[in-house]
Amino acid sequence: MDSIGGIVNIPGSTRNNKTGSWRTFKPLLDKDKCVDCDNCIMFCPEGSINKDHDIDYDYCKGCGICDVECPVKAIKMERE
Amino acid sequence: MTKKIMTANRAVSEAVKLANPQVIPVYPITPQTSISEYLAQFVADGDIDGEYIKMESEHSAISAALGACGTGVRVFTATASQGLLLMHEILYAVSGMRMPIVMANANRSISAPLSIWNDQQDSIGQRDSGWLQTYAENGQEALDSILMAYKISENDKVLLPSMVCLDGFILTHTVEPVEIPSQELVDSFLPKYEPKHANLDPLNPMSLGTFTDPDHYMDTRHQLEEAVENSVEVIEQVNKEFKEVFGREYGFVEEYRCEDAEIVLITMGSLCSTIRSCVDDMRANGEKVGLLKVRVYRPFPKEQIAKALKNVKKVAILDKNVSFGLGGGALYNEIKAKIDVEAYNFIVGLGERDITEAHIQEVVNKTKNPEKDINWIGLNK
Repeated sequence: MDSIGGIVNIPGSTRNNKTGSWRTFKPLLDKDKCVDCDNCIMFCPEGSINKDHDIDYDYCKGCGICDVECPVKAIKMERE
Repeated sequence: MTKKIMTANRAVSEAVKLANPQVIPVYPITPQTSISEYLAQFVADGDIDGEYIKMESEHSAISAALGACGTGVRVFTATASQGLLLMHEILYAVSGMRMPIVMANANRSISAPLSIWNDQQDSIGQRDSGWLQTYAENGQEALDSILMAYKISENDKVLLPSMVCLDGFILTHTVEPVEIPSQELVDSFLPKYEPKHANLDPLNPMSLGTFTDPDHYMDTRHQLEEAVENSVEVIEQVNKEFKEVFGREYGFVEEYRCEDAEIVLITMGSLCSTIRSCVDDMRANGEKVGLLKVRVYRPFPKEQIAKALKNVKKVAILDKNVSFGLGGGALYNEIKAKIDVEAYNFIVGLGERDITEAHIQEVVNKTKNPEKDINWIGLNK
């Protein structure tokens, strides 16, 4: 952060701040096991999984809900 | 230049007039009240070309000052005691957002029990807030400190708020001769405030006081600490420039008859004048005593104090505040923490308990023949 006192002096620049650094465990999806049920997409509280089941690690907080909700255990939580 | 007879509150108000802030949000409180009255008068008479905002509380006053300063203009406010405590939350926001607000604090004791009289517990209680703090010894110093505070606070390397503390009643309501510098001289010393970091403008939007996650918060606080450290050299420079323009010399600390002194008394504010007189009397009686006045309290002048105490055996530190639970006053504990010297602490003048020459003699005696580290002087037996 270059600005003084946390002042955001470039409008819209908050988008540059990624929030994925909160994560302790990282979800890894095995697409071969995936049955396209989309449970992970619907349950992800951060909207960090797209329709192709790609996980956006810039914003994923590692909560592990996708892992719990996956009916075929296609998601593995791995320590960062 | 003209010398006039006035209270320190008037002297502060004259300094504010010369600095000409564009926004002055204040809420009156004893013993600061006459500052808010003088400034209202100056604005009404057109002597200050700015906006005077009558606030509904001190929390609002400092919040309005913060918002106004965010638009990139010079701001002044003043308070005391409970008012400063009510500002506590926003004080941290002001320094965190790096707003160079200058505020006068008329030092007054803290309730309970309720007391309107002087001590320094109020501003000492804000010592970790990121505000620079100076303690004035007299009206002239109060006036000069306001002008210097703007120049220090608004420096690009600093960008921090300043609190100019003056002892309630002892200074705020006592008249003495004060030299008011000319506007031309002040203008040559204090340039217009031109902020680069914070300047709220609808055409060039920016956000102040935003949410930060753990990736950024700590670095921003570190930046704040660096700014306080940077202020040391800026204060040195401003002291020098002030002397060149106005002829009066100020330092972080001031040594009075400390050369060859066996015991040095250390304190802040108006009490320095009492001790100065006592030192003269004791010196006349052959006692080798001196005074070290701590003028700048934040940043804490550890190097300057250490230098002044280089050859001193014992020091007596007089505090008009108490760090309850730690024992003793803030100045004592900080000097003990930073400087290797045999030090004794004397809690004096709480709620404006009178501090007499006999008390100062008692302090010196108890430093010569110490029984305990922390002593309360002037208690009813």
